[in-house]
Amino acid sequence: MDILVCIKRVPDTAENEISVNSSGSDIERDDLVYSVNEWDNYAVEEAIQIRDKVGGSVTVVAVGDSESEDVLRREMAMGADKGILLSDDAFEGSDGKGLATILKAEIAKGKYDLILTGAQADDGAGQVGGMLAAMLDLPFASLVNLIEASDDKKIKIGREIAGGQQEISEIDLPCVLSIQTGINEPRYVGIRGIRKVASVEIPVRGASDLGLNQDSIGAAAAKVSRVDYFTPVLGKGAEILEGSIDEKVDKLVELLKSKGGIK
Amino acid sequence: MAFQIFAYILHKDGAVDDTAGEMVAAAKKIDPAASITAIVVGSKIDSVCNSLTASFKEVWKIDNDALSYPNSEVIRGLLAGIIPKGNILLVPHDHFGMDLSPGLSVKLDGAYLPDAIDFDGVDGGKLKAVRQEFSGQVSTHVLCDISGGAVITTRPGSFAAEAGAAGGSVVDKTADALAGGMPGGKRRFVEVIEAEMGDVDITKSDILVSIGRGIGEQENIEITEELAKAMGGDLSCSRPIIDAKWLEKSRQVGTSGKTVKPKVYMALGISGSFQHLGGIKGSPFMVAINKNPNAPIFQIADIGIVEDLLEFVPVLTEKINESK
Repeated sequence: MDILVCIKRVPDTAENEISVNSSGSDIERDDLVYSVNEWDNYAVEEAIQIRDKVGGSVTVVAVGDSESEDVLRREMAMGADKGILLSDDAFEGSDGKGLATILKAEIAKGKYDLILTGAQADDGAGQVGGMLAAMLDLPFASLVNLIEASDDKKIKIGREIAGGQQEISEIDLPCVLSIQTGINEPRYVGIRGIRKVASVEIPVRGASDLGLNQDSIGAAAAKVSRVDYFTPVLGKGAEILEGSIDEKVDKLVELLKSKGGIK
Repeated sequence: MAFQIFAYILHKDGAVDDTAGEMVAAAKKIDPAASITAIVVGSKIDSVCNSLTASFKEVWKIDNDALSYPNSEVIRGLLAGIIPKGNILLVPHDHFGMDLSPGLSVKLDGAYLPDAIDFDGVDGGKLKAVRQEFSGQVSTHVLCDISGGAVITTRPGSFAAEAGAAGGSVVDKTADALAGGMPGGKRRFVEVIEAEMGDVDITKSDILVSIGRGIGEQENIEITEELAKAMGGDLSCSRPIIDAKWLEKSRQVGTSGKTVKPKVYMALGISGSFQHLGGIKGSPFMVAINKNPNAPIFQIADIGIVEDLLEFVPVLTEKINESK
């Protein structure tokens, strides 16, 4: 089975506290650590496991600047066979549809049985996989937390739905699936693994290589655009306890007792 | 305004979901004069449709035995066939809405605005909306060009439900929707597997000590188990703990896990994504312990403690045990 996984380089929320910069034009990007989007990493692991079971290949593709090469290489060190970087100044400012349009153009150049994305990335939109499927006229399923590939015409999938339930379906190939975290346990990638793929060439393709028209991609084509960032105000805010750890503990024990928090 | 607003209605076992009223509120924020059309898809849904006429001017019914389970691949095809391009469709941003909507926006040639939590008016064909990024750590204002229509998903619980105009009528759209046959045959629903019962039923717990990514390592869970024991409560968790397979799925609080209603909720190293908070009902007394002062959980909690839980929790457990 030939599998394509779409990945994205994002600020790593496990390594960073995300905050808004002073003008509200962006998040504070100084000292941010970037990595592959967590959901995408599960998708790549799943693709590798399927390939190892039924044969075929795993290609990882990213839309981004040259720094996205690092995340492609990381996923190749995990076991992906090939990386492709789609990079062009004309791609900047693309919305979800723009990104799906760029990926569609690349997919049309190859032949894939299965296309995976993460269920969502840093912006929480969860949109590219579903759009891509619609543009390619392929069946789609989101929030996939189980794949059983036994057949080259169709596969069995599970989706994570409400309350811990799992929805089981059968889906024809080729298809597009967006992968939920927890579907597998992504393997660890060490420095040595990354060194091994350090010299593998990653082809870079721009708008003209993909035959993309400027009016379907980038900021000019985007129907959805971000105006500013701000710090959310959800509730009235917690009363923040101050003092030493011991002082905070004493105060908290008192509060818990009065609220029935200690049986 | 030059567009009509449609609202996709979730329903289960003959009951309308709470999000129906929320979409009335959301639609009125987009256009205070909006006449909102509800769309109901399913099997044997007359009573659902009739009950909606109390708050929607028009209720479109698509009723067929083959639609008893909501398969979004099927429903996307049906909706693409009957919703005129250039209009707005609101869909709740849950596991169904996420499955249906991005592709539907492509089929309808409209914009896609996912997971909106508020709207701030329309200006020059552009709708201003509020979204969140990084699991709620930051919010953004976005502009969405709705001049060519849009599919917009709204976060459940973000809009206070309102009643709409009463005295609506049901329009049967089944024949129109099925004129081209039943779509979506490439993805076939098989079954729903129920959640496994675990050793503890956290939905019945009065006191929950809940852990998240901030716990860091599996071996650190022990100190939180000791706290739960000292308090006489149970241990629960957020999604990353389940993904790492450190606790059983039955202990997960959130929209994809269990809905809990304790009296006291201790959130340890939990940032407070809306999916997690969506699983906590009944306004418990909430204490958040997190070393990130910007964690969204501090806006929801009653009491906040900005400390490393690994240092704080053992001291707390000891003090509780001493005080007994």
